[in-house]
Order: sequence, then structure tokens, then C-alpha cells
Amino acid sequence: MAKVSMTVNGKAASGDVEGRTLLSSFLREELGLTGTHVGCDTSQCGACVVHVDGKAVKACTMLALEAEGTEVATIEGQAGADGSLNTIQQAFQDHHGLQCGFCTPGMVMSAAALLKDNPQPSEQEVRAYLEGNLCRCTGYHNIVKAIMAASGQDVSGIAAE
Amino acid sequence: MYEFEFETPATVAEAVAALAEEEAQALGGGQTLIPTLKQRLAMPSKLVSLAGIAEMKGVSIADGVLTIGGGATHADVAAEACPPLAALAAGIGDPAVRNRGTIGGSLANNDPAADYPAAMLALKSTIVTDRREIAGDDFFQGLFETALDEGEIITGVRCDIPEAAHYQKFDQPASRFALVGVFVAKYADGVRVGVTGASEEGAFRWREAEAALSASFAPDALEGLSLDAGSMMGDLHGSKDYRAHLVAVMTKRAVAAIS
Repeated sequence: MAKVSMTVNGKAASGDVEGRTLLSSFLREELGLTGTHVGCDTSQCGACVVHVDGKAVKACTMLALEAEGTEVATIEGQAGADGSLNTIQQAFQDHHGLQCGFCTPGMVMSAAALLKDNPQPSEQEVRAYLEGNLCRCTGYHNIVKAIMAASGQDVSGIAAE
Repeated sequence: MYEFEFETPATVAEAVAALAEEEAQALGGGQTLIPTLKQRLAMPSKLVSLAGIAEMKGVSIADGVLTIGGGATHADVAAEACPPLAALAAGIGDPAVRNRGTIGGSLANNDPAADYPAAMLALKSTIVTDRREIAGDDFFQGLFETALDEGEIITGVRCDIPEAAHYQKFDQPASRFALVGVFVAKYADGVRVGVTGASEEGAFRWREAEAALSASFAPDALEGLSLDAGSMMGDLHGSKDYRAHLVAVMTKRAVAAIS
């Protein structure tokens, strides 16, 4: 076992982990932050996307010890302290960007990473950015719409399909 | 995953020392190795993370030479390399994978469908390790086989920047690896064509196409050229004949994109 320390959602977090402990396992099982979902555990689905030092990564494909000293952001840190949804989360609700909700934490974290680098993405850019986030319910359309809306763009012309 | 120790050296020298231990293995960004470990297809006693080695970071361009640290991520390459290679890197996997996976890790793994090998063959590359320099033409030695010795670390790569180049990839949409990828680079002294995803021998240079394109750089110059389908990979994603056909089509499209 080795000690690992990082900042998670602005707070110091540490624990004893094995070399093989995944960041997703550390977040979920050690810190109790179960909002980071593990859908496939094979780096395909993106439900486990978190930010490490501001960059979107798949927490199931990174070792906890690789995150030593980093700043990690998870879905739990996205809403305000009073529980109010952030712009992206609110847009997902407003535009029905989720059905079962399993992929949503990863979708929201990927969307946040995209909008940080590209505040006004085109629909095509949004779809390309979500290549590593799978949703089996929505057909993606309303997710894309929600992200476009969260970026402040008019989505009234995007017809529901 | 089986148990392993984990080490984070700060220098190449420390990493080489750590890798001298039997069954120790280098860890780049882990985007292939961690899934492999999860399936218990590898059983290292120790993983030596290369992520903390500052001297292996960075992408720079000077005097017609592109230099990329072995620890540069695909996202770094996409942001800072010369445009054709940047575009290739921007098409690897997905954004989260590109933020972790490294060029050194990808080259050392030498997946037969990886994108970088086609570029390294076309761009007159030199693979720089902790102990020597290896010409790109000598580096790739078949499926998942390279010229690297045990414990040898790719610290960086150098490429000669061409007059023009283009990477044409036919995606395998589920994996986002290349079903076939062709990197065409045009230099003053000739054209080079690197092909990935196609051959049972791994990435290769299509010499006949290089000769034809060096004589006349136009898609028409490739008319009548074909590859031996017998040496192509064939699987449920594409037959041998289909891959051989795709190589020619991708090469023509790459040339058309440049000319």
C-alpha cells in the first residue's frame, strides 16, 4: 500500500491505495464519490470522465497513484454549494439531455472540458468531442442540444429528431 | 489486475534504473497498458510511470525539424506539432484518451492499427531512446514488435518537416483505430508513403507508390498500382482484398488532399 494525496473538488483528499487501485475506485470506494460511474471499465463508455488538472480523463483508465498531487474535479463538484445546478447541468435538464442518467456524469464532465477550451462549439464539434462518451438512451440529439444551449447558442433551430 | 508496485521517477536515468528490475514495465499514459492489465494479459512486478519526467515533455519545431518528447500526449501533439501530424494526433481515440496517451507509449506498443507508425515511416523519423537513436525505418519490426531492448525508453522522436503531407485514415468506427491509414509526405528529394492498419507485418512503406509519386505527384500517378492482398490483415472488419484496395484509395485521397 502507498499513500496518495490529491485535491478533489477543492478539498484535500488522501488515502492508502495499492499500485493497481484505479482513480475511479479511489473516488468511489475510498472517498464515497459515487457520481463518477463505471459503465464499461474498458475505456470505451466515458461514464467515468473526471478532470485531472483541468483535463478530461477516463478515471477507470488511470491509476490513483498517477493522480498524486493533482487537482481532480468530479460531477459532485459541479453544482453550487446550495445544490443549484450549474449551467451545463441545468441545460441537460431543460433539454431532456438524459433518460436513465447513467452516462450523464461523464457527459457533463466532457461538456465542461469542451466548453472551457471552445466556448462556442459547432454542433459537429460537440458531436466529435463526445466520441468517447456513450449513451444508450437518448440517441445523443438532446445531449448535443443541451451542450449547445449551455454554450449560450440558440438551439431553437435544432429540431428534435 | 494482478498486484504490482508503482514508481514515479523524476529523470530518465532513474527510470532506466527502476526498469532494470526483472518484470518491471514502463507506463506511459496507460491507455493501452491499463486495459491490458485489467484483462490480466500482462503481469509486471512493477510499473514505472514516465509521466513525472520533465525532460520527456514538450513539442518544438526548429530548423525544419519537429522534436516531440516521448512523454508528450496525443493532445500535446495535436496542439503543437506541424499540421499534418497534429491532425493525425487529433484523430486518435477520443479527447479523454488523447489527454493521457503518449506518443512514446504508442510507438513502443506498435499496435498494427495505430496511427503514429504510418507518420513515423513517412516523416523520415528518428526514434530517440535513453541509450541510442533508431531510424524510423528500422524501428517497427512487425505486430507489437519494435527495435527496443528490454527496459529501453523512448525519450523522444525527431521528424524532418516535409514540404507538404497528409494523413488519410479510414476509421474502424468502434475502436477508432485505423482500419487503414496512409501518411503521404512530400519532400524535395522524393515522396514517402507510410501505411498502417493493413499489413500482417505491421506498418510499412509502400515503395512502388513512393516511386510513382516522386516521378509525378498526382493521384493519377497511382493508377494501376496495387498491393499483394496475400500479405494484408483480414478480419471481421475488413478482408485482405478490401484492405489492399483501401490502401490504394487512401493513398490517392491523401495525394489529392495535398495537390
